[in-house]
Amino acid sequence: MPVFSDPANFDAYVSGFLWILKMTGASAALALVIGVLLAGMRVSPVPVLRWFGAAWVNIFRNTPLTLIIFFCYFGLYATLTISLSDDLILNNFWLGVVGLSVYTAAFVCEALRSGINTVPPGQAEAARAIGLTFSQTLRIVVLPQAGRAVIAPLGSVLIALCKNTTIVGTIGLLEASNIMKQLINDNGDQVILIFLVFAGTFAAVLIPVGYFFGWLANRLAVKR
Amino acid sequence: MNGNPVLYDHPGPRAKVRNAILTVVFGGLILALLYWIYRKFDEKGQFTKVLWEPFTQGAVWKNFIFPGIEGTLKAAATAMVFALAFGLIFSVGRLSEHRWISVPAGVVVEFFRAVPLLLMIFFISFGVPFLIHQPVPPFWSVVIGLTLYNGSVLAEAFRAGIRAVPSGQSEAAYAVGMRKSAVMQHILVPQAARAMLPVIVSQLVVLLKDTALGYIVSYPELLQLGVNVVAANYFNVIQAAIVAAVLYIVVNFALTGLANYLDRRTQRRGIKTRPIDPGAAMGGAGGGF
Repeated sequence: MPVFSDPANFDAYVSGFLWILKMTGASAALALVIGVLLAGMRVSPVPVLRWFGAAWVNIFRNTPLTLIIFFCYFGLYATLTISLSDDLILNNFWLGVVGLSVYTAAFVCEALRSGINTVPPGQAEAARAIGLTFSQTLRIVVLPQAGRAVIAPLGSVLIALCKNTTIVGTIGLLEASNIMKQLINDNGDQVILIFLVFAGTFAAVLIPVGYFFGWLANRLAVKR
Repeated sequence: MNGNPVLYDHPGPRAKVRNAILTVVFGGLILALLYWIYRKFDEKGQFTKVLWEPFTQGAVWKNFIFPGIEGTLKAAATAMVFALAFGLIFSVGRLSEHRWISVPAGVVVEFFRAVPLLLMIFFISFGVPFLIHQPVPPFWSVVIGLTLYNGSVLAEAFRAGIRAVPSGQSEAAYAVGMRKSAVMQHILVPQAARAMLPVIVSQLVVLLKDTALGYIVSYPELLQLGVNVVAANYFNVIQAAIVAAVLYIVVNFALTGLANYLDRRTQRRGIKTRPIDPGAAMGGAGGGF
């Protein structure tokens, strides 16, 4: 592997994927929190909350992520001067995380809501019949069953998020895809090797993760 | 949507009061949030007439936004046609009884589903020119990238659809003497295709959104022309982004509505459809299940 035997190139490769990992971790945590709140809002008895959840999902799910990330940088930062860190690189990182999170949260919300819909109505009706309130019904009866049904969809959302982090490269963060572009431009004679290493790293991590979530979902599925 | 009325009783007097209080509290919070956004915009003079005015001029629409929409739709339509063909070929290939066909088909599909689309587009537009000794037009790097990725996602969807056709159908076809290819061509694919129609339309939404990646390799689509170029001319990046977002949302909303309509229609006819994978809808399917 002539390109990667140069320590500078190898370090660039490692740092590119470290950014991918960090962005995936930070955005996954933030998106999960926002997504659970949104899902709670969308099934709640209060119309204003249902409306807010629906608006969030419909706006962010139908806008290209590239446009959202673009807006985070050129809109929030460059025009409205909302800065998230004094460090220029970290600032780009956090702007990217904000964009990824608001986008991903919409998909987390929809995955959870479809999970809630898989719980047979009899379960919630029985819970209501013994006098549980809305929050008790949701917390004790519905969500534990829904949670097991959403493992597979949430797994695909996580994998999609990991791949989408490459788009933050648009606003100048040197993540894997930008590093690959640089290496290709500097080593025109080894483009296939460079592509196979970068694409192969994603495939080698994400394909097993996908099978793992499939296995987990199968194992934890509620047998009806 | 009317929520999940099954989760809570019809509100009685106390619940009505509680809901009213919650409505006021959260309504107030949401208004406060909107007001904060308004203040932020106002502070930087984002409501100035000059910034919004370009969108009332026909020239801006004629020179930037409509060509942008045209570029987006052209790339999406071309890629969709190729992706459907790719998906059909590879789903049938993966279901083949010959291992030398099914294994390579499976490897290709799994690989392209796991690789970020942007990485692929970068390889096609920056790497491939070194191999073929001539530049790749941005249109084709976007279309080829979209085709490989969405074609692989569709291949998996088709495969699941073909397997979901009741086995009695193919058994009956074999019983009347059809050969393997005839069973696939005349019995399985037509039934699966009808059941997969909603999935195909919702994949079109993903594809349309992903054309925005073309901006990164300077393909003239809506984000490039309608936001980047307009903002460079009128210094109104926020306004241009909002207008473009509304256009994307309107088109995708219409497509999602069509997908839901087709879904309801196929369900009414008693054809089972698979739920749409939310990961796939987000522009990235899982590694494989």
